[in-house]
Amino acid sequence: MPLTPDRKRQLVTAALVAPAGLWLFVFLVLPFMAMVVFSFGERAPEGGYQAAFTFAQFANLPSRAAAFWNTMMIAPVGAFLCLIVAYPVAYYLAIKSNPKYRLVLVSLVVVPFWTSLLVRTYAWMYILGSRGIPNLLGMIGIEDVRLLNTPGAVLLGIVYGYLPLMIMPIYVSLEKLDRRLLEASADLGAKPVSTFFGITLPLSLPGVMTGVALVTILLLGEYLIPQLLGGGKVFFIGNALVDLFLQSRNWPFGSAIAVTLVVVVVIVLSVAMRVAWKVSGSRQVDLV
Amino acid sequence: MTAAPANDIEFRSVTKRYGSVTAVSDINLAVPKGAFVALLGPSGCGKTTCLRMIGGFEQPSEGTVLIDGREMNGVPPYRRPVNMVFQHYALFPHFDVEQNVAYGLKQARPKLAAAEISARAREALEMVRLGGFEKRRIHEMSGGQQQRVALARAIVNKPSVLLLDEPLAALDKKLRTAMQIELQTLQRELGITFVLVTHDQEEALSMSDMVCVMNAGRIVQMARPREIYDRPADLFVADFVGKTNRIAATVEADGSTLRLSNGMALAANAKAGLKPGAATVALRPEAIDLVRQSGGGGSELAGTVTHRIFLGSTAEYQINVDGLGDFLVTADRRSVQESDLVEPGERVVLTFDPGKVHVFPA
Repeated sequence: MPLTPDRKRQLVTAALVAPAGLWLFVFLVLPFMAMVVFSFGERAPEGGYQAAFTFAQFANLPSRAAAFWNTMMIAPVGAFLCLIVAYPVAYYLAIKSNPKYRLVLVSLVVVPFWTSLLVRTYAWMYILGSRGIPNLLGMIGIEDVRLLNTPGAVLLGIVYGYLPLMIMPIYVSLEKLDRRLLEASADLGAKPVSTFFGITLPLSLPGVMTGVALVTILLLGEYLIPQLLGGGKVFFIGNALVDLFLQSRNWPFGSAIAVTLVVVVVIVLSVAMRVAWKVSGSRQVDLV
Repeated sequence: MTAAPANDIEFRSVTKRYGSVTAVSDINLAVPKGAFVALLGPSGCGKTTCLRMIGGFEQPSEGTVLIDGREMNGVPPYRRPVNMVFQHYALFPHFDVEQNVAYGLKQARPKLAAAEISARAREALEMVRLGGFEKRRIHEMSGGQQQRVALARAIVNKPSVLLLDEPLAALDKKLRTAMQIELQTLQRELGITFVLVTHDQEEALSMSDMVCVMNAGRIVQMARPREIYDRPADLFVADFVGKTNRIAATVEADGSTLRLSNGMALAANAKAGLKPGAATVALRPEAIDLVRQSGGGGSELAGTVTHRIFLGSTAEYQINVDGLGDFLVTADRRSVQESDLVEPGERVVLTFDPGKVHVFPA
């Protein structure tokens, strides 16, 4: 039987989607299902997983409330601080910078990614540690300043590490912005500040939402920055998971925490996207 | 006491350069109050740059632009009493129709009452016959409707001058003709100055009461549409506005005899100031009559019809004239003897009134 054009198109689409789909199924969906199963099980006496059906792991979640609290507070605040720093940079790059040098400037944003985040975060450990800024402050008479191992240090590390991820989507949506809209706004009597809040900002919201969602999601699973800059004090869910899976080998409890985290992320994300659609009036979401 | 300035817009020796490129070169222009002026020219002639200098989006490199008698150098767009209809409308995609129109009103300081803003926005929408479309989103509107929204948005602030940048370029022919009439009506109702930028000579001639033909950053001719067409200032205008047959010719030493390149002599009747030497004669296609048999007198040229473009009430012929090359002739169907259409391949005779030719130095 010959293929109809419609059928042919469907097959081509299926062939194109298949590799990524298979990959996601094997390495994302299956492990997640395993985790859901684990989360209802029990810790085997020697560690690991033992089949059972119990809600005990979920009932035990409050014992890690501090990690949830830290993550849920610091991740959005970190993302917001990122946004505050990133927006002016993206605005400058997309609208004010000389188009001749724009590509170079945009590349500079990505340059930090050329070295490992681990190395760069270690550098901050030194800068914030007792031999760094506190030492310099001590020389001018300001003694006993603690910077390392505070929530502030974690936030600083977050903004530093995630800034490019926030800049890029905002840059893209500002770069796409039709400049004639800004001229039209000025023509109709809007001062630059009014144009910014009335036209530029609303129309770049899809990029803002993408950046905030991206950074927030990654922050919810963050492990490295709180570990190095937060010491034992600012404990994220990521740190709790490492602890549970690798130290105490309590896989079911770790799974329950991980599943809860995924559920929270999905809820937060869908609400955020809905808001973004509503505000920007379009169903288009910018992903770099 | 000073009298109110008679001109809404004035250019005084305005030059605009972008780097080494001169877009507008030493332009002087006065647009009287309440006029409908068209800046007409091919792309790159500087007409849009002129409009943008009135709007405040560009600053002159030299010279001054005055609006309502006030110097505008350095005045940003949001402090100018003009509004613009942008080429592709530049409507705000995140607002609905009424919000787009109300945008200008919302910028007023002190702030206007919400009820007044809404009422005036609706009034503007009524003027462009879009009542009832207030809550539509922009992407739900057709091109013609978007054009009207852009118009309503630009007139809602009651500007003293409305700038239109190729406002009809994106519309189909029928809609364009309808909008031409509407724009004229709107201009009369509002009683404000319209400055239109267009590369479409038909649009310029049909709507405006003053046409300013531009070429290579300069104003070539500024006159009423009819004069532009009937008495083009130079060969460029004759070519750009309407269609023209160009004939190489020589002005003889007496300064009053014109010899076409095929040897035919024309009496250049009272065309003062003709300098002896090479010249170009321009002749409008509709100034030529087409007959099948020679009448024996007057200025006649013989040729063979090579193409015919049937246009309904008229037809355009391309005719290879003996010794002079291709001519374009527009003929009313009734004006051709015997049969209303001449077939390609037929021999014909072209006659014209020598008084209707334009002579330009070559």
